[in-house]
Amino acid sequence: MLDAARHMFDSLPNRPGVGYKPQHFSDILADPTPVEWLEIHAENYMGDGGRPLAQLRALAERFAFSVHGVGLSIGGESPLNPEHLARLKHLVNWLNPARFSEHLAWSTHETHFLNDLLPMPYTQATLDRVVEHIDQVQEIVGRRMLLENPSSYLAFAESTFEEVDFLAEIAKRTGCGLLLDVNNVFVSATNQKTDPRAYIDAFALKHVGEIHLGGHDEDEDDTGAPLLIDSHGKEVIDPVWALYEYTIEKTGPLPTLIEWDNDVPDWPELAAEAARAAKILDKVTV
Amino acid sequence: MSVDQTQFTDALLNPKLSVPKGLVDPEGRPAGKRFSVYRNNVAVSLTEVLIGAFPVIYRLVGDDFFRAMAGVYLRKHPPTSALMMFYGDEMPGFLEEFEPAENLGYLPDVARLEIALRQSYHGEDVPPIQPDILQTLPVDRLMRAKLLFAPTVRLVRSRWPIHGIWLANTQPDAPKPEMKAENVLVTRPEFDPLVTLLVPGAGLFIDSLTKGKTFGEAYDLAAEKVESFDLSALLGVLLSSAAITKITEGDSQ
Repeated sequence: MLDAARHMFDSLPNRPGVGYKPQHFSDILADPTPVEWLEIHAENYMGDGGRPLAQLRALAERFAFSVHGVGLSIGGESPLNPEHLARLKHLVNWLNPARFSEHLAWSTHETHFLNDLLPMPYTQATLDRVVEHIDQVQEIVGRRMLLENPSSYLAFAESTFEEVDFLAEIAKRTGCGLLLDVNNVFVSATNQKTDPRAYIDAFALKHVGEIHLGGHDEDEDDTGAPLLIDSHGKEVIDPVWALYEYTIEKTGPLPTLIEWDNDVPDWPELAAEAARAAKILDKVTV
Repeated sequence: MSVDQTQFTDALLNPKLSVPKGLVDPEGRPAGKRFSVYRNNVAVSLTEVLIGAFPVIYRLVGDDFFRAMAGVYLRKHPPTSALMMFYGDEMPGFLEEFEPAENLGYLPDVARLEIALRQSYHGEDVPPIQPDILQTLPVDRLMRAKLLFAPTVRLVRSRWPIHGIWLANTQPDAPKPEMKAENVLVTRPEFDPLVTLLVPGAGLFIDSLTKGKTFGEAYDLAAEKVESFDLSALLGVLLSSAAITKITEGDSQ
């Protein structure tokens, strides 16, 4: 293992960041403008060494980092995987990121990891379980985490909580913060035929420590109703930018991430998305 | 109607099962195609992981074959960890049993080589020994010494021409593979794994060292089997590719 990265960044700036992709390493070091911080998927940096960790170490000298987990399965019925928690703790101790976040979702059942963020019903029983898991994560990793709202394609007939209330209750009981993915809000609201602005209005905005923006795909369900799919494979669409602006007019400027994980573009195209976020953030700051 | 994660997982991995009751659309009707989004995400994302992990196998069998094979693999061997960088470790054994590939006997060893490359890429960084340490050690002490290899070193021994196959599918203008047994050494001088075709006897020599034999014992085993065993060429490869991290003398570990 390489030496621990330097401890320089205690918080993410209220500015644009991007999901880090190794192919952008040289571009970012040459001129990151307007990107001011980077996010990584924790699981991609759980190897023992080599180029991935060496790149992180070099970048951590200059940029604040956010570690975003996709594999903890916080919403799982199974207990959290102790080996995975230990790997996460190791990575967080080594990189010392300004933020650590995970999802309101599950991905592991018994010994099977399914490599997707799967949905869960919102009931008293699932709330208690998520709270227990987050308490455990925060204790073992040794820091406060942010929990992200999911994209959903279907609903559970058994749910008794609205998602916004479920998330607010988790934040209240665990002390965790929330990561508000504005694209997920748009995708879920379209798929559930609800109003995305009403979701933002009802959201516990005071707990939000970071915002995500990304692209999605369009499909239709069996009845021909629009079915949006959170794909992170293209640019953010205008209605999502408008919803973002609506959100940060309420919250004030927040660290804002552009997520582009599939069909990753060249750096200038990604930087242009970040520039669009910067422009909106500037408007709110003034 | 509640849906537990066992029902959800079973239906995800088995498209013949119906969508669990209790998963609904906004009007409360059965979720139908909405559930298929998750089915599709799981199957496609794991297939993409396997394509990334086995680019040579993918080239050898083609897109349609690979995707169909991946669909069988991911249901037989779903990941057991969230580290996608290592998903696919059961592929060699799977390919040995996979009937549609029974005429492609070299595939399991090609998969072993691709796994070795990936493990090497993510292996721990350990500094190598200075090359002159080996050169200045008196021969009698060298013969009693044991060598420790870097965590990024992998040996793949095959009765197939896996080096030739690998070259032909990764390098432009590579010669056509010739039907012969080939042993390959994977090393990682810095960040990019290096694939080296070993001279006859070298596979046995390295394998013996890895199993704790002394330099002298490993040499004798290799020279006995292969009269022309060229140790100096092999040592050149090991030293120039940062493969040796420690020499211990005598019986100490």
